[in-house]
Amino acid sequence: MIMSMKANNTPKTEKNSSIDTSAIMHKILVVDPARCTGCEICESVCGMVHDDVFNPMNSRIHRVRIEPVINSSISCVSCYDPDCVKACPLSAITKNLETGILEVDQNKCDGCGACMRACSFGAITVHTKNKKAIMCDMCSSTIYGEPQCVEYCPKGAIFIEEIDPNVNEDRLETLRKILERGFPQPPEGEILN
Amino acid sequence: MVEGYTQTCVRINLTTGEIKKETLSQDFCKQYIGGYGFVTKILWDECPKGADAFDPRNPFVMAIGPFPGTIVPTSSKYCVGAKSPLTRRIGFAISSGSCGAQMRRAGIDLIILTGKAPEPVFIFFDDDAINIIPCKDTLWGKDIWTVEEEIRNMYGDHRISVMGIGQAGENLAKLACITNDRARQAGRTGLGAVMGSKNVKAMAFRGTKSIKVAKPKEFMEKAKELIQLANGKDTLKYRDLGTPINVMKFNDLGVLPVKNFQTGYWDKADAISGETMDEKWVVKKTGCSQCPIACDHLCATKPDDPDYPNVVSSVDYESIYALGSVCLIDHFPAIIKMVEMCDKYGIDTMTGGTTLGFAIEAYEKGYITKEMLGDNPVYKNGLQWGDYKAVVQLIEDICFRSTPAGDLLADGSRDAAKKLGGDAWKFSCEIKGMGIPGYELKGLTTASIGFAVSLRGACHLRNGSYGYDMKKKFDRKKYDELDKRGQALAGQDAFMAIIDSLVVCKFTRGIYHRGLPEIAEVYEMVTGIPMTGEEIELAGHRIHDLAKCFNIRECQVEGVEPMSEDSLPWRNFHEPNLDGPTKGWYNDEKGFWEGIKQYYLARGWDERGYPKEETLKTRGLDFVIGKI
Repeated sequence: MIMSMKANNTPKTEKNSSIDTSAIMHKILVVDPARCTGCEICESVCGMVHDDVFNPMNSRIHRVRIEPVINSSISCVSCYDPDCVKACPLSAITKNLETGILEVDQNKCDGCGACMRACSFGAITVHTKNKKAIMCDMCSSTIYGEPQCVEYCPKGAIFIEEIDPNVNEDRLETLRKILERGFPQPPEGEILN
Repeated sequence: MVEGYTQTCVRINLTTGEIKKETLSQDFCKQYIGGYGFVTKILWDECPKGADAFDPRNPFVMAIGPFPGTIVPTSSKYCVGAKSPLTRRIGFAISSGSCGAQMRRAGIDLIILTGKAPEPVFIFFDDDAINIIPCKDTLWGKDIWTVEEEIRNMYGDHRISVMGIGQAGENLAKLACITNDRARQAGRTGLGAVMGSKNVKAMAFRGTKSIKVAKPKEFMEKAKELIQLANGKDTLKYRDLGTPINVMKFNDLGVLPVKNFQTGYWDKADAISGETMDEKWVVKKTGCSQCPIACDHLCATKPDDPDYPNVVSSVDYESIYALGSVCLIDHFPAIIKMVEMCDKYGIDTMTGGTTLGFAIEAYEKGYITKEMLGDNPVYKNGLQWGDYKAVVQLIEDICFRSTPAGDLLADGSRDAAKKLGGDAWKFSCEIKGMGIPGYELKGLTTASIGFAVSLRGACHLRNGSYGYDMKKKFDRKKYDELDKRGQALAGQDAFMAIIDSLVVCKFTRGIYHRGLPEIAEVYEMVTGIPMTGEEIELAGHRIHDLAKCFNIRECQVEGVEPMSEDSLPWRNFHEPNLDGPTKGWYNDEKGFWEGIKQYYLARGWDERGYPKEETLKTRGLDFVIGKI
């Protein structure tokens, strides 16, 4: 299920040259709770790159603090059969089968929040200003095109994971496997946390 | 158009419940920057001369700078201020966590509380709505960790930030601090007691507003660079072992305060060292909002600890020296427990620890008796050096004022020494009433001057004076090159005042490699207010001098010569260190006072420490002339 992993601070893994899997894999963000310090910089950056203002209310990645010790952030995990899509009474949300990114039709969405209630990960919110559903789009709608929270995270705690779109699996299970497998260690001598 | 700042000041008269909003001018924002600067100006303008710190007219001020809510590293900070009950001079303290950012998102830059609420209340700043909510039957009497949790539960929102006081603040202990986000404290100068005197248990913030910056594109690039630097070699110390790495370093230099500042070396220091803490006790490092460093070293006791199982608290160097080596306590789980109690019940670990050290020595010398300690069996041997069980109990007695000794010590060692009489004042190790930080000044000459002239009482954060001794820029044994030392400290005064006004964390002071011009650039990117390195430096001097003038004004009302307060404890001049690398060292009184004089001159003050008229004029403080 989990094919490979790319992290901003680790060398790219060698790929088998005969198979290029990148085109068919879907990408999601997964945070290593061992490295996350709960600093909320990901939330601030997310708001800024999408809306040109800082506002964690309209962030598409959400810092969760499990007091007093553990922090983590969570964003859209691109479910196989997303509950948000099914819950939307206006059919405003669709899953882009090529990228795995959930897309909101700005003309249809009326901000009713049904998707928000349906999402088991708390990964969707309704934008406080324009009242449309928002979720992680891997920064595809921004001028950057690449997830900026990954770029800015001071601890290198946010990883881009690739998941196979053809496998029907509960995303809790997916996350469990990823967390159990663990994340690459930072280079020797570099104390990130 | 100004960004960053919301330019909103909220005034609350607690006696009448009247709430007013005012607009802060762009000029005021530029002249006083924020945080410490705002606090100082408000106190100069509005704190009645000679008023008691617990007088309802003493304004309690909370201020943030231009950066909270943005991703400037370590920007989610706030400053609180009032006339200090502990020092009776300017009182201000700074804390981090999430409060600063939430206050900005709620649209507020400055809060001024005056009067006294008729009954215990907490204040909820919920975006534009401000509610004063009675809490006599709900929150009053509870520790601040519980209060934080309960306020969040009341509104079902874990994002709400809460700052407030524990039982110590309610009981007007002059050691009282303000706690937010559990582990973050505005610890110094006893401001928790000022909140308590106003019947304010807590202030909570929930903000949902967006924050713009003036030059978003440039800013985001600059911020990325700064975030990386803040996670680079400039802050390595704070991320690795953290400040407790100082324990062994200082011990090797003979400047670790030991046994109520009797000496600078302890053969058992290893038990409380950063290395030991990292190996045995640290469970996780966490960070404040918008902080790339994450210096909070959360330590936990073991589940099967016989005395204090499963206690988690955030331990740093200043807590370790004060509660550890000053009291000769080398049992680390006890230190974790003591920090937890200080944070929860709400007293400053530093002045708290130095007061405990004073108490043990006072017991040893017969000033504090067994009767005063009360009949708790934990005191069966009285109050002995290193007896951690007794000291842990004494912290509780202090916070609750539950025994004669606890009641006496709750006001700090200076007040306690006065009441005990005799020679007790000779071993009360504080400056202006506030406990000395973890630097044994008998082994550090520049620091002895820097700490003595600190405006809020003994403080290592006012001018970074210890750095000059530690890094061997000056000879730490001699009082020589005093003019150079004075100039160095005078410059640092301004720099630290800027850092505290912006307000950013001192741990990131090293990431601005081009210094003040670079800081001014970031200020301009965020606010859009034109600012240069020279202008911001002048603002730093302005703020520092105005705070000095506040102190002079208070001294004049009391008939005290201001210079006489810029001094050291008696012990420093008369009792040399007992052992270790600085054995036999003490502060030479003549050299020390010459150093003080040179520092005054370097600041543009006269030999008594009064800012000269031309100095006040060039620093934009004309309004002070004739008032002191």
